[in-house]
Amino acid sequence: MAIVIEQPDAPRSRKGAQWEKRAWIFMRISGVILIFLIIGHLLVNLVLPERGVKAIDFAFVAGKWASPFWQVYDGLILWLALIHGTNGMRTLVNDYSEREWLRKALNVTLWVTAAALLLLGTLVITTFDPCIDPNVHNYLPDLVCKG
Amino acid sequence: MAHRPAGTLYRGKLGMWTWVLHRITGVGIYFFLLVHILDTALVRVSPEAYNSVVASYKTDIVGVAEIGLVGAILFHGFNGIRVMLIDFWRKGAKYQHQMFWVVLVIWVILMAGFVPRQLMHIFGA
Ligand code: HEM
Repeated sequence: MAIVIEQPDAPRSRKGAQWEKRAWIFMRISGVILIFLIIGHLLVNLVLPERGVKAIDFAFVAGKWASPFWQVYDGLILWLALIHGTNGMRTLVNDYSEREWLRKALNVTLWVTAAALLLLGTLVITTFDPCIDPNVHNYLPDLVCKG
Repeated sequence: MAHRPAGTLYRGKLGMWTWVLHRITGVGIYFFLLVHILDTALVRVSPEAYNSVVASYKTDIVGVAEIGLVGAILFHGFNGIRVMLIDFWRKGAKYQHQMFWVVLVIWVILMAGFVPRQLMHIFGA
């Protein structure tokens, strides 16, 4: 099979270059925000609670998402980390895949996966219902459940 | 300064190895994130489903592996800041070595705080 090597000095299309530059900038802006969000996430979930990771269960999550603050916080981590990670993976795919069809297929897979998980994660955070736990009033006494 | 040509194989030094490590940690964190979104989504299914899957995070093996994950995230994060300083700070490229040592010191300090705490949670009474 003939291997086509691009002319190194062949300019990208204007649109392609614009997009790459925005992706490059996004990696940096999201990175700066993520380092704060992730360290906070680790502190609040793993380090500060008395029993650390062993304290995490449905009630723990319900307690956090009773507050819009943590819903927004977790939604922000979800979107920034997943898009940052997916775009980082795209860089690797572009670097290492030698066959054009494979490169395209992997990149499509990456973005389809990201879109599906962004949708899933966002729905989980926004439609979360603590009332599916019959014992919910043991840990959220003020909660009013319908039905 | 007489430099002997080192052959055709590219052998970067610190800058290359931190780049390799940044890549590997980035990929590792990415795949963990995929799993983590899916396990958290179980809170929308039932308390039992979520609790039974999160129980695996509390086992000895995963609890210790979590130290590796946190170590990878902290390295990737602070090295990412170093990469940005190389990009944007006028003297960034000049000080990229020194900045690596700063990243390492921050990493060691944070891990010194995290590791004993995590081990206590996993193995403590
Ligand atoms: C903690 C905060 C984070 C910071 C400060 C950060 C910073 C960065 C920066 C600046 C880059 C671009 C490097 C370059 O263009 O040469 C990058 C690449 C990357 N990041 Fe992150 N990142 C963070 C979190 C994450 C997370 C949570 C993931 C995974 C979900 C991730 C996965 C990746 C991947 C796969 C790459 C591509 C690596 C490469 O091109 O060699 N990062 N990161």
